[in-house]
Amino acid sequence: MTAADATRAGDALRVTAKDVAADGVVVLTLAHPGGARLADWTPGAHIDLHLPDGTTRQYSLCGDRFDARTYRVGVLREPAGRGGSAYVHDVLAVGDVVGVGGPRNNFPLVPSERYLFVAGGIGITPLLPMVRQADLLGADWTLVYGGRRRGSMAFLDELESHGDRVHVLPEDRHGRLDLPRWLGEPREGVAVYCCGPGPLLDAVESACAGWPEHALRTERFVAREQGAPVRDRPFDVVLARTGATVSVGPDRTVLDAVRDAGVDVLSSCRQGTCGTCETEVLEGTPDHRDSLLRDDERAAGDCMFLCVSRSCSDRLVLDL
Amino acid sequence: MTATLLPTSDADPFGPEVLEDPLPFHADLRDAGPVVHLSRYDVYAMGRYEHVHAALRDWQGFQSGAGVGLSNFRTEPPWRPPSLLLESDPPRHDAPRRVLAGILAPRELRRLRERWSAVADELVDALLAAGDEFDAVPKLAEAFPLRVFPDAVGIPDEGRENLLPYGDFLFNAFGPHNDLVAAAAHRAPELGAWVNAQCARDVLAPDGFGARIWAAADRGEITAEQAPLVVRSLLSAGVDTTVQALATVLHAFATHPEHWRRLRAEPQLARVAFDEAIRWGSPVQTFFRTATTDVRVGDAVIPDGKKILMFLASANHDPRRWTDPEAFDLSRDPSGHLGFGFGIHQCVGQHVARLEAECLLDALARRVATIEIAGPTRRHHNNTMRAWGSLPMRVG
Repeated sequence: MTAADATRAGDALRVTAKDVAADGVVVLTLAHPGGARLADWTPGAHIDLHLPDGTTRQYSLCGDRFDARTYRVGVLREPAGRGGSAYVHDVLAVGDVVGVGGPRNNFPLVPSERYLFVAGGIGITPLLPMVRQADLLGADWTLVYGGRRRGSMAFLDELESHGDRVHVLPEDRHGRLDLPRWLGEPREGVAVYCCGPGPLLDAVESACAGWPEHALRTERFVAREQGAPVRDRPFDVVLARTGATVSVGPDRTVLDAVRDAGVDVLSSCRQGTCGTCETEVLEGTPDHRDSLLRDDERAAGDCMFLCVSRSCSDRLVLDL
Repeated sequence: MTATLLPTSDADPFGPEVLEDPLPFHADLRDAGPVVHLSRYDVYAMGRYEHVHAALRDWQGFQSGAGVGLSNFRTEPPWRPPSLLLESDPPRHDAPRRVLAGILAPRELRRLRERWSAVADELVDALLAAGDEFDAVPKLAEAFPLRVFPDAVGIPDEGRENLLPYGDFLFNAFGPHNDLVAAAAHRAPELGAWVNAQCARDVLAPDGFGARIWAAADRGEITAEQAPLVVRSLLSAGVDTTVQALATVLHAFATHPEHWRRLRAEPQLARVAFDEAIRWGSPVQTFFRTATTDVRVGDAVIPDGKKILMFLASANHDPRRWTDPEAFDLSRDPSGHLGFGFGIHQCVGQHVARLEAECLLDALARRVATIEIAGPTRRHHNNTMRAWGSLPMRVG
C-alpha cells in the first residue's frame, strides 16, 4: 500500500456512532463522509484523531479489518490527561467530522503457533483484532484481561464468544494479574503481546526477562521513562536537501528547530510513541529517546524521531 | 442472467497477435464496457482504469490466494508452492509483506546508491568503449540488473544465468498452457530447484536482502519456514520485471529524442521518466484475481470463484483517466499508474527498480547526447509481460 492510497493526516471522517462500551469508555465508529473505502490496516495499527480543539491523539483500531468502510476506536476518559479524551467523551457527537491520520502499525502481529495476550484496561483495544486474527489463523491463544472492575472493562460481550480462551480478571475480585502464573516457564514458540498501563508493561517486561529474545511485544501509549539526554550542550542539525544548518539548544526539540528553518515535518504525538515524524539520519549519532525502535534499529542509527530524540554527536545530518 | 448483460469476446489476449501489439485489443476491451467475458477462458476481463484500480484495492472481494494467474488454486494444484506475498491474502499476507517492505524501503536502499551508480558508470563506459551501436536489451537492460540485483540479494555468482529463464517461465505460467509455456516446461523443475536452493540461509551472503529476511525470521517477525519463500519472491519478481522496465524506458527515449534532451538538461527527471515509461509501456500487462463472492462491478455480477483478468496496461492507457495516453511525456505526472499494481499487493520492490533505473539513466545521460533506434526491433512474447527481445541502438 502506498502513501497515496492511505488515509492521510487531515483526511476527514465522520463519527457515525458513539456508544458507551464500559464505565469511562466510549467506542467511536468512523466512516468517510462520501462512503469511500478507508485505508487498509493490520491488527495492532492505530490512527491519529485530530480533534477540532487542536489536539491529536492516537487510538488503536479495534474493529474488523475486513470491513473497508468503517474504523472503530475505543476511548478511555483520562481525568489526568491533556483534554483529548475529555473532548471525545463530552463534546464529540455523532455526525461530527474529525481529521484522521494513519493508520500506522508499530505493534504488528507476528506469525506464531501460540499467543499469550495480556491486556490491562483500555489496552484491550489493539489486542481485540489480534485475538480475532489468531482465531482465524487457527493458532492456539489465550487472553488474560485485567481491569479495575468488571464494569470498567470494554468488549466483554464480544470476547465471551471465545469461551475459555479468554480470562477476564477484574482487580476488585481477583487482585492484580498473577503474571508468573499466566506466563509460566520461559519457552520457545510463544508470542507474548501486552498492552496496558505502564506499570503492567513494566511488570510483564520483568516477568519475561528469562524468555527468548523477541518473545515479548508491547505497545506503549505513554512514553517510556528516559534518562537525561546524552549531551546538554547545543548541537547542529544539517538539512541535507537545503544545505541549511540549525542549532538545537537544550531547551528545544529538533522538530521545532527544523520547522523554524522552514521544513514542514509532519508530527503527531510529540512524545516518541506514534512514529509520524520519523526522519532519516545521514550522518551523526542520534540520541534515541522514543518508545518505538527495537535495539538493533537504535544501534543502526539511520533514523530518528524528531519530536523527542536528540544527538550524541556535535552534528546530525538529516534527509530533509 | 449475467451472461446476457455482459459483453463477450472470443479474442485471445495471450495469442501472438495481441502479445505483439496489445493496444488495439485493450481499446476494444475498454470500449466494450467495465467487464467483458472472455469466452475462450471463461474469465472476466477489466480494462478501464476506474474498475481495475478499484478491484486492485478490494482484496476482500478479489482474492489473490487462489492464484494471480489463470489457474484457480481452489480447483487446481499450483505448479509450485504459492508465493507468500503475491499469491496470499490477509491475514497470511501481512507478516511476509511487512518484513519485505521494511527491507526494501527507500531508507534501507540508500546504502546501495553509491555502489550501483559506480557499477552503472563502469558498465556504460565499457559499452561505449566497444562502439556506438549495441543491442540495449542484453547490453544495458539485462546487464545492469544482473550485475547489481543478485549481489544485493546475496546469492552466489554461480548459476545466475538461470534467473532470466526462471522469471520468463514464471510470468508465462500465469497465463494459459499455450505454446509459450510448453516450450519451456521441460526446464521448469531444474530452474525451480536452482532458485529454491539460493534461498537457504547458508547460501546467502551476510549483508544482503536475503540475510535480512532470515534476520527477520530470527526476530520472530516471520517463521523459519516462511523465510526461504520470501527470498524466492525477490528472485522471482525482481529480475525480469526490472529488465523489461529498463528496456521500456530506453525504448521510450530512443523514440522520443526531445525527451532525452530534456532529461540531460534536467537529470532529476529520471524518476518521472521511469514511472512514465512504466505507465506507457506497462512491462507487467495483467494479473488475475478470483471473486470471493458474487461481486458487482457496474451493472455486471462476477460469480463467486470466477477468475478476473485485470489489464493493468489497458488501465494505464485509459483516456477516461489519462490525457493523450499513447504519448510518452515527461511533463505528465504519472502518479497513480497501475504498472506496479495497487493496493496491498502493489510491487514491494518498486523502490529497488526506481533506484536501478535512476543509476543507469544518470550514467547514460552524462555520457550520451543522442539515442536512436539503429535497426529492426523485436518483441519477446510472454503471457504476462510486454517484453523486448532486441533493441538495436545507436548513441552519439
